[in-house]
Amino acid sequence: MITVEALTKTFGPVRAVDGISFELAEGEALALIGPSGCGKSTTLRMINRLIEPSAGRVLIDGVDTTSIPPATLRLRMGYAIQGIGLFPHRTVAQNIATVPRLLGWPRARIAARIEELLELFGLPPAVFARKYPHELSGGQQQRVGVARAMAGKPAVLLMDEPFGALDPITRTRLQDEFLAIRRRMGTTVLIVTHDMDEAFKLADRLAVMEKGRIVQLDTPEALLRHPASAFVESLVGSEDRGLKLLSLAGVTALMQPATGWTAEADGTFRKAGADASLAPLSASASLREAASRLVFAGVDELPVVDEAGAMVGAIAMERIIAFGGGGR
Amino acid sequence: MTEEPTARPVPEGAAAEGRGLARLCAVAALLAVGFAPFLALQPNRIVSGEGFALPALPAAWLGLPLAAVLAACAVVAALAHHAAVQALAGAAGALAALLGAGLAATALLPAGATLARVSLGSGFWLIIGAFGLILADALVKLRGGPLARITFAFAAVGAVLVVLAAGLWNDLSIMREYAANRDSFWQQGARHLVLVGGSLAPALLLGIPLGYLCHRQAAARGAVLAVLSVIQTVPSIAMFGLMMAPLAALAAAYPALGAAGIRGIGLTPALVALFLYSLLPVVANTVAGFAAVPPAVVEAARGMGMGPLRRLASVEWPLAFPVIVTGVRIVLVQNIGLAAVAALIGAGGFGTFVFRGMGQTAMDLVLLGAVPIVILAFLAAVVLDAVAGRARGRPA
Repeated sequence: MITVEALTKTFGPVRAVDGISFELAEGEALALIGPSGCGKSTTLRMINRLIEPSAGRVLIDGVDTTSIPPATLRLRMGYAIQGIGLFPHRTVAQNIATVPRLLGWPRARIAARIEELLELFGLPPAVFARKYPHELSGGQQQRVGVARAMAGKPAVLLMDEPFGALDPITRTRLQDEFLAIRRRMGTTVLIVTHDMDEAFKLADRLAVMEKGRIVQLDTPEALLRHPASAFVESLVGSEDRGLKLLSLAGVTALMQPATGWTAEADGTFRKAGADASLAPLSASASLREAASRLVFAGVDELPVVDEAGAMVGAIAMERIIAFGGGGR
Repeated sequence: MTEEPTARPVPEGAAAEGRGLARLCAVAALLAVGFAPFLALQPNRIVSGEGFALPALPAAWLGLPLAAVLAACAVVAALAHHAAVQALAGAAGALAALLGAGLAATALLPAGATLARVSLGSGFWLIIGAFGLILADALVKLRGGPLARITFAFAAVGAVLVVLAAGLWNDLSIMREYAANRDSFWQQGARHLVLVGGSLAPALLLGIPLGYLCHRQAAARGAVLAVLSVIQTVPSIAMFGLMMAPLAALAAAYPALGAAGIRGIGLTPALVALFLYSLLPVVANTVAGFAAVPPAVVEAARGMGMGPLRRLASVEWPLAFPVIVTGVRIVLVQNIGLAAVAALIGAGGFGTFVFRGMGQTAMDLVLLGAVPIVILAFLAAVVLDAVAGRARGRPA
């Protein structure tokens, strides 16, 4: 639905973006990741024509974006930035209404959309709709910034380090919330970040950029298992990539039928012949959490339970170790 | 972050400092009441006369009680713990001085002496000034909103006008001068407003767009601000003089312009000079106002698909407005004062009385021109401060 073809931007003699191409499918989240000055922000800003490309083109649903007036094009693309840029003289509701009003939506539809988005981002409309940005915390401002970017039901959401200016705890919480919202709404997202953990968490695929070029475009798992260069390897983090790999998959992927476990009255389980009973692992846990629990408990195997607490299988350390096989 | 500025408690240090000012003013008022000449009796309007401090007034039945009332107000203001008490004491003191001056003048004037005049002495001005400061200081501590401040300023000026209209000051020399110039006073007043408004309006119409242009074009900014700064440094009397020659030449070359009222002296050169003085504050504040708009806000507005005009109208202008209003306030107060000098080149205005009074060494005629100028400037400052405060206070 968005196709980028040989996009290039030169500033004087510098090729800030050097002939990059990729496709963004509907409902997909793609991250442009790389160090400062690698051209990722410039690429993003060429897509909504805040910067005009020197060469190459961008197609949206097969239509060349240069044939669409910039303002019209931008109304179809949500835009959230690190500085947030909420209008300080407008209320939260008025800020969110910006694009719907530019699109000429009827009043009732705008009001309904504001309410829907505020609920979605955990900001009760009765409390927040009439507040001004300076009355909000940093995390609340950033939520409103993303809500505002999504207000006009854009075909694609462009985000430039949207959670960059937040403290780590708030950032993690916002990432979790955003991930849930994105999955629910099926939003197509192009996100620029220099934070690999954020990219792994939020994106389906990552385009790793270096000096204006894409050096590898792949899923998180493929990037970890088969980095195309030493640069990519250093970026994904060579020390803890085994753990990162584990955080990408859930326990259900490697679960086996549980044998020899019996349920105790307090919700724990006991392996036949063992002295102590063990607290089970949730089926929604990642392999990383499973490994952590196994190490902490000092056992080879843990039972896995569903939301109701019923045992659905068991996860064994040897299978987790084998999951990482193939890495150098 | 969510804190209301009005709800903020007064810090300890600020309160003490505020009381210090009230005390200083109270001491000044007490000294002025006791020793400075409150009124002066002159044989005629030109010769300087004999001054009387309040306790020394021949009409002791008036002088002593008035001195006692004023002293009491000063003491209350100095000791007041609540700002409202201080405000009341200040207002009462100022009003007592105002009323007392009129009554004392009537008592002091010898019966049947047609040429003798009673004028206000330094004691009166010191007392009014001290109580005025006490009152203003109290109002600041009370943290009234913009509307409250406007209401109060107009009420104060209204009270003075009521005292004057009731004829209480008719035996004071300044009102004698007014009576002799009644018609021309209001004409020159209207002319003064024409001078101020007629220079401000074009300065805004040209200055704000010019300021926006300077904001957008860094190259233009330096040049424009440099030229306007140089204009600002030309002394006002020289500026009015400088206007005369080219405009006279213009009128001579094109008689049609002369017929339309454009001449080397009179209204036109004064308007041009005041307009030129107005440009720097308007342009500089417009530039500063637009520069203060956060770049991320403009970037977000662009990125969401706001066109340049809409961006200007609904984002940049509202955010720059409070700073621009501050520039308008500077221009307005400055021009109300400068317009007095315009009387020198025959443009009229309250300055006419100032210069005529100086020529005749009749100080009360000077006051007849100067006092309305001070009052106008004061009202303009209060109103525009309130507008700026409101624009800023609208959560921004």
